[in-house]
Amino acid sequence: MSVRRLAKDQPKGFAFSKETMKTAQWWIAKYPPERKQSAVIPILWLVQKQEGWVCEPAIRAIAALLEMPVIRVLEVVTFYTMFMLEPVGKTALIQVCGTTPCMLRGAGDLMAVCKDKIGPRDKLSADGKFTWQEVECLGACCNAPMAQINDYYYEDLTPFEMGRIIDDFAAGKKPKPGSYDGRKSSEPKDAVHTLNDPSLYDGSKAKNLKLPNTEPVG
Amino acid sequence: MVGILQDKDRIFTNLYGLHDWGLEGAKTRGCWNGTRDMLKMGGPWIIDQMKNSGLRGRGGAGFGTGLKWSFMPKEVKDRPHYLVVNADESEPGTCKDREIMRHDPHLLIEGCLIASFAMQAHVCYIYIRGEYVREREVLEEAIKQAYEAKLIGKNNIHGWDFDCYVHHGAGAYICGEETALLESLEGKKGQPRLKPPFPAGAGVYGCPTTVNNVESIAVAGTILRRGAQWFAGFGRPNNTGTKLFCVSGHVNLPCNVEETMSIPFRQLIEDHCGGIRGGWGNLKAVIPGGSSVPMIPAEQCEDLPMDFDALRELKSGLGTAAVIVMDKSTDLVRAIARLSYFYKHESCGQCTPCREGTGWMWRVMERMATGEAEMREIDLLLDVTTQVEGHTICALGDAAAWPIQGLFRHFRHEVEDRITSYRAGKPHVQGATLIAAE
Repeated sequence: MSVRRLAKDQPKGFAFSKETMKTAQWWIAKYPPERKQSAVIPILWLVQKQEGWVCEPAIRAIAALLEMPVIRVLEVVTFYTMFMLEPVGKTALIQVCGTTPCMLRGAGDLMAVCKDKIGPRDKLSADGKFTWQEVECLGACCNAPMAQINDYYYEDLTPFEMGRIIDDFAAGKKPKPGSYDGRKSSEPKDAVHTLNDPSLYDGSKAKNLKLPNTEPVG
Repeated sequence: MVGILQDKDRIFTNLYGLHDWGLEGAKTRGCWNGTRDMLKMGGPWIIDQMKNSGLRGRGGAGFGTGLKWSFMPKEVKDRPHYLVVNADESEPGTCKDREIMRHDPHLLIEGCLIASFAMQAHVCYIYIRGEYVREREVLEEAIKQAYEAKLIGKNNIHGWDFDCYVHHGAGAYICGEETALLESLEGKKGQPRLKPPFPAGAGVYGCPTTVNNVESIAVAGTILRRGAQWFAGFGRPNNTGTKLFCVSGHVNLPCNVEETMSIPFRQLIEDHCGGIRGGWGNLKAVIPGGSSVPMIPAEQCEDLPMDFDALRELKSGLGTAAVIVMDKSTDLVRAIARLSYFYKHESCGQCTPCREGTGWMWRVMERMATGEAEMREIDLLLDVTTQVEGHTICALGDAAAWPIQGLFRHFRHEVEDRITSYRAGKPHVQGATLIAAE
């Protein structure tokens, strides 16, 4: 279990932006009318996108919007680790995957770079621009080691690339997500020996077909 | 030829995202072809075909997909039926569903329609993990395309009203457990429910629900198009079909690849993944099915068929077919200690043996990794793993116990050596042996 608490310093109020509210209503419409509570996680996420983190007044506002007890929202927000309960870096929130498949391929070295360039983990950097964390498996193990920065995955990283990405963010640039090893996704690098048959892609598979096993038996 | 499976028999023809993921591209590759005819044959026919194909659930437990579908009530009474797709891919080592969702999303949507129809559900929720932001964007877009083309939605061309919604989580491994996932979908913290009642009786919102893995659902369309016997023709009996393998760790070319079930481990690694880093002889151990299954040592890997039954005979499991390869440079104790930390972090805190046990096991594993532990603690630790295993509501307790048991089953001597060296004033330093060898 991870122990998580709300931040000490909380803002006085919170208001949904127009955009957030519109998207929130779109989420609520996905569930049966009497099951609004289902939208709590997506809406918490929207609020985090709006504010950068989830504050206590926002939790109350969400509870009111979804007509659920505040304690239930509190339970959710402290249970799920993607919700940031205190302010994080405005430029970049860097989450380095540290679980075994990434660890085997050098996640430790990436974290050393982060520590060197940003400071101690889980702490807002002095300039308020960066926060870095070690997180659990992000599910991109064939592209290890990797990190999630803000919303997207930066894969096949080396300490050098990690450093460059941090520098680029600091310089106001937006480094491109994806593989930093020249791969498209999770194919074997420069050695794709499968899915080369052109007949898979020439439209012959889209021709009318007769389904097998449809004749009555007997 | 490389591997066993031929290109013409691959289901995920855009696995690497080299082609268009959109509706046009998917249709060219054969998706949505003949879907209406499948639905015309009726639900019982679809479920029969799925049973005949021998498809076993791809989410880890390997339960027959067709059989699972048949557990749903035959008639819809006062409570509607639901299909929920488990796209909360968080098992360390596993990264296959991600490729399906961002590169072949229409196979998944088509499968959702077929499965929902077979189980008389009009609504399907796809629960995707919160971190997969890009994948969610693609999936939402693909669903929009399907709605616009009238493939799904009200009054669609298939004649079965069907709504497909994406829901997302927020970073909890436990929500991959089906009842925790349902709790989370209802807007609560993801703590698993006691079973029974099983989801087929009372699932999401108390209604009959079936929860399936992304891969199990995404292969359904192609199985019906090509025939159950085609799918059943791959692999060994009871372990049939094709499967996405995610190979990570110390191989030259880590990758996802679709292969037949029961492909020999060595062939999988050497044909597709460029072999073990440093050659076959440099292999030390393998975690063959995601972090929850016990590791197996190199000597058991030589002729090992990668399937459910063969791995179970070795007291391990196929799980999600996420193969984590570790070469001789690996500090196995440290690697497993890191997994123990993962389970400590991800325990939902509901059952005492798991909440307390995972933290306890992690702290002892950390001392094992440095050698500070005492020799008698090894047996104590193993005893505690059996106290946790099987004494919790869900399988996270088991999953936390098994990697430790696997380590001591095959590499107990390494831990003992480490403790002895520490006592002798020669503590283990990570990477020290490597530097000395170079």
